[in-house]
Amino acid sequence: MIYADNAATTKMSEAAIQAMVSAMSEVYGNPSSLYGIGQKAREALEKARGEIADIIGADPKEIYFTSGGSEADNQALRSAAELGKKSGKMHIVSTAFEHHAILHTLQKLEKEGFEVSYLDVHENGIVLPEEVAAAIREDSCLVTVMYANNEIGTIQPIREIGAICRERGVLFHTDAVQALGHIPVNVEDDNIDMLSSSAHKFHGPKGVGFLYARKGIRLSNLIEGGAQERGKRAGTENVPGILSMAAALKEAVSKMDANAVFLSGIRDRLIDGLLGIPHSALNGDRVKRLPGNVNFCFEGIEGESLLLLLDDKGIQASSGSACTSGSLDPSHVLLAIGRVHDVAHGSLRLSIDEGITEADADYIIRSVSEVVEYLRGFSPIWRDLMAGKKDFILF
Amino acid sequence: MALYSEKVMDHFRNPRNVGIIEDANGIGEVGNAKCGDIMKMYLKIEDDIVKDVKFETFGCGSAIASSSMATELIKGRPVSEVKKLTNKAVSEALDGLPDYKMHCSVLAEEAIQSALEDYSKRTGKSI
Repeated sequence: MIYADNAATTKMSEAAIQAMVSAMSEVYGNPSSLYGIGQKAREALEKARGEIADIIGADPKEIYFTSGGSEADNQALRSAAELGKKSGKMHIVSTAFEHHAILHTLQKLEKEGFEVSYLDVHENGIVLPEEVAAAIREDSCLVTVMYANNEIGTIQPIREIGAICRERGVLFHTDAVQALGHIPVNVEDDNIDMLSSSAHKFHGPKGVGFLYARKGIRLSNLIEGGAQERGKRAGTENVPGILSMAAALKEAVSKMDANAVFLSGIRDRLIDGLLGIPHSALNGDRVKRLPGNVNFCFEGIEGESLLLLLDDKGIQASSGSACTSGSLDPSHVLLAIGRVHDVAHGSLRLSIDEGITEADADYIIRSVSEVVEYLRGFSPIWRDLMAGKKDFILF
Repeated sequence: MALYSEKVMDHFRNPRNVGIIEDANGIGEVGNAKCGDIMKMYLKIEDDIVKDVKFETFGCGSAIASSSMATELIKGRPVSEVKKLTNKAVSEALDGLPDYKMHCSVLAEEAIQSALEDYSKRTGKSI
């Protein structure tokens, strides 16, 4: 089996599992309790907070644990909107290809009277800092741009955007769910005010993540209750999850440089191999992309059938086709980079981790080539394309 | 639980009656690339019987399985019977489809009806 869907979720690392198991059996107290085992849990929790803060260049007091990336995104946007509203600033700058945790929250804010500018991400899937600068208005309360895209893996010019936001006095949030643990992320260097992250994207557990919010930014609660997380996120802390997340992140960051070199080599091998399939195209910038991300469109076929047949061959991947999203529209990310519906349905995302080998990559290339050719063999679109009745979109 | 029934996966992995019929006398194509599903049915009708049927499909697993099952259901059947084929019959023969995939069986029904209309137009025979 070759698991190539690490952008969806990752297998927990041994370190993460160990940290979770030992937390469950040994650190079971409630961090809010005053007796020994409670305080032991408190200490472990604060140690984890400190480790995570260290890694991203933050102060521990700026880390708020959440149930994952989506909650962190929601809280960041809601908080910035509330602050904006108080000062009459009801405009937000974002991009067309954010994660739905951002996009759907923005849509809700629009219904509540906010105005959102969705920046173009161009054919290469990268936002231009000067276009961010041009979109910021007197009444802008927030700029939110993802660090790296979850589907096509393109890395955004976060540092430049952050600098622009700082200069203009606008809060800057980034959804770094796909980036943290994979590429260097530092809130100081990158001029980030708020950042969302999720543990299960870096070999940590599901259901836990965190929001970084720079000192002085007043967060709004999504969940009311006890005084946990400096009163900003009620509910007894997910101690095993948080400890496990810290262990996973430490390990991911310690191996990050070596992994990035190795993975980008395999990634490029996959890209070169898959480009050999006629009428295919890489989605997103070839260079400014996550080390483990490969995303292609193949003309004349549909993505779900491709995935099912690859699964039969022991390869797990994902697609931006409508059939895999449960809607009639293919991936909003592929549409945002200008892929038309016809070819966006035929997309394939491979997101690899360090468990992969060169032989695996070659097997993937061979398998994808075979399946694409097989499906094209009885695709009426492919027949029309080959007969010259329709023009190819991908060359 | 798997996404699809065993029958759907069988017809998806080993689709029956794939291809085209050069001298088909009824051809129907439905769906569009924008939505991600296109089905094309080729019928060879002789003496009011569907002597042969082939299909080509661009689409998801259930679209391919629905096309395959539909061809099995109508092959060798009289036109009067084929005319009555419903999407329900296709999906039932596949041991069901997920709700959001039911439109695939509808496409199969429509592709066959469209091919029958084409046959009627070509031959002047009312069906």
